[in-house]
Amino acid sequence: MNLFSLTIHEASDKLRKREVSSQELTEAVFQRVAETDGLIRSYITLCREAAIAQAKEADERLKREAPSSPLLGIPVALKDNLLTQGLRTTCASRILDNFISPYDSTVVAKVRSAGAVITGKTNLDEFAMGSSAENSAFFPTRNPWHLERVPGGSSGGSAASVAADQCIAALGTDTGGSIRQPAAFCGIVGLKPTYGRVSRYGVIAFASSMDQVGPMTKDVRDCALLLEAISGHDPADSTSVNCPVPSYSKSLTGDIAGLRLGVPKEYFTSGLQWTVDEAVTDAIRQLEKCGAIIEEVSLPHAEYAMAVYYIIATAEASSNLARYDGMRYGHRAAGRDLAETYMLTRAEGFGPEVKRRIMLGTYALSAGYYDEYYLKAQKVRTLVCRDFDTAFKHCDAIVTPTSPSTAFKMGEKIQNPLQMYLSDICTISINLAGVPAISVPCGLDREGLPIGMQVIGKHFDEPTILRVAYAYEQQTEWHRKKPALSHA
Amino acid sequence: MKYESIIGLEVHAQLLTDSKIFCGCSTSFGAAPNHSTCPVCAGFPGALPVLNKKVVEFALYAGLAMHCKIAGSSRLARKNYFYPDLPKGYQISQYELPICSNGYIDVDVGGATKRVRLIRIHVEEDAGKNIHDAYEDCSLIDLNRAGVPLLEIVSEPDIRNPGEAVSYLKSLRAILRYLEVCDGNMEEGSFRCDANISVRRIGTESLGTKVEIKNLNSFKAIEKALEYEIKRQTDTLSEGGILVQETRLWDDKNEQTRSMRSKESAHDYRYFPDPDLLPINLNQTWTQKVCSNLPELPEARKGRLMSQYGLSAYDAELLTGRRDVADYLEAAINVCPNAKALSNWIIGDLFRVLKERKLDEQLRISDWPLQPTQLGDLVQLIDDGKINGKIAKVIFEALLDTNQSPRLIMTQQRLEQVSDPASLERSIDQVLITHAQQVAAYRGGNDKIFGFLVGQVMKASQGKANPQKVNELLKAKLS
Repeated sequence: MNLFSLTIHEASDKLRKREVSSQELTEAVFQRVAETDGLIRSYITLCREAAIAQAKEADERLKREAPSSPLLGIPVALKDNLLTQGLRTTCASRILDNFISPYDSTVVAKVRSAGAVITGKTNLDEFAMGSSAENSAFFPTRNPWHLERVPGGSSGGSAASVAADQCIAALGTDTGGSIRQPAAFCGIVGLKPTYGRVSRYGVIAFASSMDQVGPMTKDVRDCALLLEAISGHDPADSTSVNCPVPSYSKSLTGDIAGLRLGVPKEYFTSGLQWTVDEAVTDAIRQLEKCGAIIEEVSLPHAEYAMAVYYIIATAEASSNLARYDGMRYGHRAAGRDLAETYMLTRAEGFGPEVKRRIMLGTYALSAGYYDEYYLKAQKVRTLVCRDFDTAFKHCDAIVTPTSPSTAFKMGEKIQNPLQMYLSDICTISINLAGVPAISVPCGLDREGLPIGMQVIGKHFDEPTILRVAYAYEQQTEWHRKKPALSHA
Repeated sequence: MKYESIIGLEVHAQLLTDSKIFCGCSTSFGAAPNHSTCPVCAGFPGALPVLNKKVVEFALYAGLAMHCKIAGSSRLARKNYFYPDLPKGYQISQYELPICSNGYIDVDVGGATKRVRLIRIHVEEDAGKNIHDAYEDCSLIDLNRAGVPLLEIVSEPDIRNPGEAVSYLKSLRAILRYLEVCDGNMEEGSFRCDANISVRRIGTESLGTKVEIKNLNSFKAIEKALEYEIKRQTDTLSEGGILVQETRLWDDKNEQTRSMRSKESAHDYRYFPDPDLLPINLNQTWTQKVCSNLPELPEARKGRLMSQYGLSAYDAELLTGRRDVADYLEAAINVCPNAKALSNWIIGDLFRVLKERKLDEQLRISDWPLQPTQLGDLVQLIDDGKINGKIAKVIFEALLDTNQSPRLIMTQQRLEQVSDPASLERSIDQVLITHAQQVAAYRGGNDKIFGFLVGQVMKASQGKANPQKVNELLKAKLS
């Protein structure tokens, strides 16, 4: 058995029993990174020295006290849009490539105080804008299952690092599918919490009304454990909701008898890769065998979600990214005057996809277009939300594919933004509605690429989607499948 | 041809909260540059705003005092533009759904009351400061002021001339000071004003081309800038010229306005609701609580001082210009009911002392040199015939900064008034003997000499003699 292959709960168990130390575990993980990351390139920044020091400290704590958190001594990777005090945070952008944050984001502070060991910062599409991790200003990350394929995005680095055992678990962020789609592409578990469940303080903003941080793990139990550690009200985030955090691992009963699961017909259309359709349909049948009641539901406005998302998300982003002006931190170009300094700084600092979205968003908010675009999009967003409210009157959770296809080839969609955007077609409306959703592995296609099933829940009903995902996982072996990494 | 001017004013009032509008940083002046900053007000990645409740409360005070409609639900919005002193690249302000709308204030314009309607009052954050003159080759940015809360108060174009504009601003400032939400200091920039002005031919209904004037840093500047602009616009139109909609800057030194930017080059601020902040829910309970804590406002208090205590309009105006002064008066009235006398003492002697000590420039005097009870006691001593007015002035000076009772000083320094006829007669007799010549002149018909003789008696008593009694006795002696 390799230590780096362990899950959080397996490793935590061994740490408690003193069968292994956090330092051994951490060193094994870094050994694995050294062996595999030359090809996969999950990490932008590694912090081995600090990690070993944190591991030693965790070992001391483990000697002294009964661990209060299952994260104590566990090596965790962080998406590089989560601010880490004293440790470079780049957001995979040239404009921040020299940025060292003066403070920790709330989620990072939470995992730190739980005793987790931070391995490093993982790659992403610049400012979390993309679905393949190819929009990183530094380098693309490769899918551990097939090195010519993308890991998905934007949390591609986090997904690949978990799939390749380069960490025990990771944190990602999800604005339109950025946790779930790469989780599906890399054969791991990823959960996008209810909007307001996890603090956004210290998370580099993309689209403020949709951004959420969530766990990316090797199985559903880990997902529950990590979610519990990062959830909770934060007075520093006005949109964080003050409602108690349940014990998510307690919801992992394996019992879903009588649970009503909705299957929206709009998600099983011709655009779906047939192997994905087949695998998800099989998975639904499996859930039915476990006692769930399957019902067809309708989300009639789902077809507008993509358009609505690309107006609202880009509008918010155009404003959120205005602060990168070269005045106080980050990249700064030497212009002859103020206007030129602004223009050169931002022209050099941002990549093409980020510029595209800033321009789209600026346009959508402009005088004379605001009503037609932004305001109209907000109205349709309300309709998308109502779709879910209506559907949840008839079911306890909704099951869909996570992405219409398995991991696509590197370079395949980078020249065609619309094609790229479509890879989030199954995940985007969930962010518009603010509801939680989880992706779990549910098969492999003909080429051996992972397929993900998405389970969507009501607001703050993470326990139910975790329960469904866990019951499914108990019946299958997909989550135990590992990439061969033969080329590595 | 006759023209009239149409003026609307936009005031930015800095709120007197301890901390900034969206973070815990201090709002106090004087910190080293960029020391009163944090990731939130310095616009760092990942930082999020949290609304300071006090700011909303202050806006409610202002809105209720100015008869506004209070929104049930209000929203903060982002105003997007690039400038080095604006760290986030947007200012958090309000656009649709301001906290207060449709209000008015009544302004005293040369004795008549004029109602100026208010379009809206909203809250927003201030920007930092660019410093251009410290070095030749670069500008500096100080973000201490970034995130300091402001109220923006926008009037309807109800103002017709520069005098009315100044009266409106003074009334507005008095209300804000009364509510203790703003110190109203124009020089320090805590009370700033932009003016919108157009002219039209008298008798026409439609409005002329509007010009916005910025950089108005004193009442004088406002008056002069408006006068200048009225003349410029009227002259242009009279000569058949055409005005353009633009923003103009007031040049205080050369006393003229000059064009800053035209309407075409105006910013598109791309306002949209700030997704980082939830709508402000201004429920009835909150509004009512603020309403019940609302102090009596200057206009109402002025009326009451006149009707309840019989003070003149002039005195009542002076005494209600500041809330702490009016409070002072009424505290003194609690000790001594002679409101008129107290009012004279405050307006005369006390104001002089405050001015000498530059305390009159403060919003609120925390350490009065004389307590209202002391002043009340002092006036009561006069009214009881214990001391005369002249001696009272002496005691007044002796009381400053002491906390002692006037009675004690009177006794210790033996300043009590002498009204006992026997001892007064002794003094009078003495004076009549030493000034026999003047007595003869008086008796010879020179009435003016009487005052001189009273003065001599007063002098002989070291000012302590009861002047009225001296008058009576002296008259009797000389008759």
